[in-house]
Amino acid sequence: MTKILAIAQNTFKEAIRDKILYSLILFALLMIGSSILLGMISINIETKVTIDVGLSAMSVIGAVMAVFIGINLVHKEIDKKTLYSILSKPIHRTQFILGKFLGLGFTLLVNLVIMAVGLVGVLMFISRGTGGIHSSLFIAVFLIFLQLLLITGIALVFSSFSTPALSAMFTLALYFIGQFNADIRHFGTAANSLAIQSVTTSLYYLLPNFGNFNVIAGVSHGRPIAWTLLGYDLIYSIAYLFILLSASAVIFGRRDLK
Amino acid sequence: MIAIQIENLTKDYPVGFWRKRQVRALDGLNLTVEAGETFGFLGPNGAGKTTTLKLLMRLIHPTSGHAEILGRSFTDVSVHQQLGYLPENPFFYDYLTAEEFLNYSARLFDLPAQSIPSKVTALLDVVGLPAARRLQLRKFSKGMLQRIGIAQALINDPEVVFLDEPMSGLDPIGRREIRELILELRRQGKTVFFSSHILPDVEALCDRVAILYAGKLLGCGRLDELVPQETGSMELMVGHFNETLRNELQAIGKEISMAGNLLRVTLADQGALFRAVEAVHRRGAHVIRILPGKESFEDYFVKLFAPPGGSARAKPL
Ligand SMILES: Nc1ncnc2c1ncn2[C@@H]1O[C@H](COP(=O)(O)OP(=O)(O)OP(=O)(O)O)[C@@H](O)[C@H]1O
Ligand SMILES: [Mg+2]
Repeated sequence: MTKILAIAQNTFKEAIRDKILYSLILFALLMIGSSILLGMISINIETKVTIDVGLSAMSVIGAVMAVFIGINLVHKEIDKKTLYSILSKPIHRTQFILGKFLGLGFTLLVNLVIMAVGLVGVLMFISRGTGGIHSSLFIAVFLIFLQLLLITGIALVFSSFSTPALSAMFTLALYFIGQFNADIRHFGTAANSLAIQSVTTSLYYLLPNFGNFNVIAGVSHGRPIAWTLLGYDLIYSIAYLFILLSASAVIFGRRDLK
Repeated sequence: MIAIQIENLTKDYPVGFWRKRQVRALDGLNLTVEAGETFGFLGPNGAGKTTTLKLLMRLIHPTSGHAEILGRSFTDVSVHQQLGYLPENPFFYDYLTAEEFLNYSARLFDLPAQSIPSKVTALLDVVGLPAARRLQLRKFSKGMLQRIGIAQALINDPEVVFLDEPMSGLDPIGRREIRELILELRRQGKTVFFSSHILPDVEALCDRVAILYAGKLLGCGRLDELVPQETGSMELMVGHFNETLRNELQAIGKEISMAGNLLRVTLADQGALFRAVEAVHRRGAHVIRILPGKESFEDYFVKLFAPPGGSARAKPL
């Protein structure tokens, strides 16, 4: 366990010493800031717009980070041969994968927290108090975090056998499909054909489903988030991550370092 | 006690993008290294030395065969607690400082936290990098990277040390230091298994050597058993010579050329060397240096064992 933590810590260290991250965070804060301007145009609904834009920015920027650090996570180390001196030590490849995942997960969490603090600051500025801030806002951030972990897991699977470019493509594709996964199933149900229906249903279970994680619209309109949804998302994430991490550990374990 | 036992170790690499063919980089290697031995692993470029070490370090998986280190399977993660490994042309996390990198390495061995700082300091001293402690590895020179690589290989005070070309990239002082270090490890009773192209080093350090060629073991044993003692040509460097001596040496030597204002004479064997030295003495010229001839040890083995026209590179199956 200490070994996994050491790897995670090193991954985090690498991420924070990488300047790209700072520019992404800056970009997110700018977007949240610019929503103030938008909010000023449409008086009275500025809180709603700010929450909407802010959370969306966090979600998108977070996803970009998760994809681009995630796909490089393993591949870069194989490519630069930094792994030689790591995996020759008494480390299981599974421990390495877990450490990498935890490290990136923590990096994403820190970034989300920074952006969330920015968003809360803006909201307090607009409403001159804590009026527009509800617990559902933080639950929404947490759901974004779970989503980012899933994306990281997907990126990790691809990056343990494919090139960064292909991994990025596949991961982004799955990310977008995941947003509309529920629609695929509805399409199947509507199609009224057993064959199509069974295909779409299995796709529904196979592909990631991010639909239930997206509560931004509801939160910006001040609607509370059901606890059952939170619980469902939590269990879903744990199960899906377990599968993703096992898959990348198995694939990576069989692989020759070049 | 046996430290390393390699049995029939074989590795095929897939090559080619569309139609995968297999290339046999290591072909049924059998090798036994006793505990406490300093063992040299020789062979021309592409012979399969690095491949062997990467297999033992679990970085790649063997096509067939097996190995035991310290009596346990090399696939047993726990045995690696007692091993050190310096990769060939080491690459490390360039955003870490020397100190951070060694700390990280120590933590991957699960060493007790309070013992780490003093270990790191001691090792940085041993490899001659105390001043680079807080320098990021991206700012390291090639030789400095090699040194930090050796430091990380020793962080766990290993029983068996695998070094892939430990002298490469080092200046003469660095080479001497690493030589001393290997001798010190030997004094401590450690097993050192290293690959090298630098034959004087191998001669000075190794109890036994193995010669690999095109993935196959050509020979294994003590150096003086493997290499006939009077083998090889010699190079004589002569100063203060005149034209008469030059002509005389031309007749004795195999090859003659100028090196600065010295005369370089290549001599085929001991007899020719004695005659040449005698001529130099008689004409009142100076013997500046006598060097082992350009023909290396590896050339010797390759000539001895290799099929004519064969390549040292791995062959497609
Ligand atoms: N990843 C790889 N894919 C395909 N072939 C490889 C790979 N790595 C090594 N080879 C081949 O395996 C053979 C042995 O290579 P290896 O690196 O073990 O040689 P070496 O003895 O270490 O040589 P050197 O002295 O140059 O370091 C070579 O023919 C090489 O081309
Ligand atoms: Mg090599």
